[in-house]
Amino acid sequence: MQPEQLKFAKTHEWLHLDPATKTATVGLSAFALEALTDLVYVELPKVGVKVSPGQSFGEIESVKAVSDIYSPVSGEITASHGELADHLDKLKSDPYGEGWLVKIKLADEAGLGELLSYGDYQKQCAEEQH
Amino acid sequence: MTEAASTAPLAQTPLHAWHAAHGGRLVDFAGWSMPVQYGSIAAEHTAVRTAAGLFDVSHMGRFRFNHLDEDGSLIAAFLDSVLTRRVTDMKAGQVRYSLVCNEDGGILDDVLVYCAPYDGGGRRFSLVVNASNREKIFHWLQPRLDDFPGVLMEDLTTVFAMIAFQGPKSRALLQPIVDLQLGPMKYYTSAFAQFALPHNRIDGVVSRTGYTGEDGWEIIVPNRDVQAIWEYLLAAGSSEGVIACGLGARDTLRLEAAMPLYGHELNEQINPIEAGLKFAVNLDGREFVGRSALAAAAANDNQPQRVGLTLDGKRVPREGYGVVSGARNCGAVTSGTFSPTLNCPIAMAYVEPEFAAVGTELAVDIRGKAEPCRVVPLPFYKKSS
Repeated sequence: MQPEQLKFAKTHEWLHLDPATKTATVGLSAFALEALTDLVYVELPKVGVKVSPGQSFGEIESVKAVSDIYSPVSGEITASHGELADHLDKLKSDPYGEGWLVKIKLADEAGLGELLSYGDYQKQCAEEQH
Repeated sequence: MTEAASTAPLAQTPLHAWHAAHGGRLVDFAGWSMPVQYGSIAAEHTAVRTAAGLFDVSHMGRFRFNHLDEDGSLIAAFLDSVLTRRVTDMKAGQVRYSLVCNEDGGILDDVLVYCAPYDGGGRRFSLVVNASNREKIFHWLQPRLDDFPGVLMEDLTTVFAMIAFQGPKSRALLQPIVDLQLGPMKYYTSAFAQFALPHNRIDGVVSRTGYTGEDGWEIIVPNRDVQAIWEYLLAAGSSEGVIACGLGARDTLRLEAAMPLYGHELNEQINPIEAGLKFAVNLDGREFVGRSALAAAAANDNQPQRVGLTLDGKRVPREGYGVVSGARNCGAVTSGTFSPTLNCPIAMAYVEPEFAAVGTELAVDIRGKAEPCRVVPLPFYKKSS
């Protein structure tokens, strides 16, 4: 997956929506993962957990700090990439592919309108660096 | 926000431009713009454990004491009156870890006392203090000089630079450019040294000290000379794995070595006995600020203790997280990280004395979930000698 095909939350999650199944795949942006460095742990939700926009569904921990991972949308977790916990390197090597975190079956369209294009997200990241 | 944001520009060390040009991720540390890391904290950490790493520690506060017509005994007497550890018997070349306490025995700072030789058998003293406490300690010491006429204190922090070169390969890499034999230097000693680089000779001080748990050196030279030494050591050591390291690795290294950090394990509400620093308190036959409070603390068996914790899981205990025994709160974490050497989460914490014994099974409340841990001996890491 190329980042240009994705939508981004201000909190650094990416989202890819499959319109046919109304299922979103969610991961963390390369920018966020680069900023974290030295990952030690990721915790993801179980299948069946209900999420809503802005709600924390997991956490990612580095040597230096821990960060929440937020759901960009409203729905139910249908898949959780559990094996990532033992393959944290996939997050950095392929953040928009093998590094996916969860799949969410959308309950409604809440949150979708807030998401940024890759170009706008990059602008936000450039500002954060200053 | 808990504190008013300072609008003052951050101070910069003489190596600041080097850090910025070499990918240093610069953060505000005690009012200084300092590199927290250049790349991976774990890689910088491992470089120090296996080869050597180079740290800019020019933000550390440095005060030099002088007296125009005296051999140094009055300076020693002054420092002896404000430090928890004896200074009067220090010999030229010795470095000593000590504490500055208030009248209540609370820790104002932890410091290194450097005793240097001076004219025909005399001594001169310097203090290295934490960057975060530099102004506080300077202003705390200043009025106390009144009772020691002629003793002068200068803050030389921004005049001289300081770097730390730490790791098992540091001695062999430093030796070719210094005019003294490093091998016989004991841990916690210092000496005047001349550093001979291809194009210049630099006068400075080298000490066998550090904050990493490895063999290593700290070097103090004039600001204008520091980059030449820094670049020489990096170039000389690059094939051996020597890299520049930031404050992130400095923190994980000192934590593995169980060295306390002011503002975390140490503060004005904690006394040196609780902190496990009794070795740095000399009560016998001397008077100093905080002595009576510390004598009482030394006789008190019922106070919190600094302990080391290791955890079974991967989640990392962070400062402020509660330590529990069953349903009972028994302490709090002061520093925690994922130990690159031990490959598990580690923490230092203060716990009530009945939970401080090595082997005690406890848990850390990590964001609402009790993660099992146990009390282990400190340090977490000890270099093989």
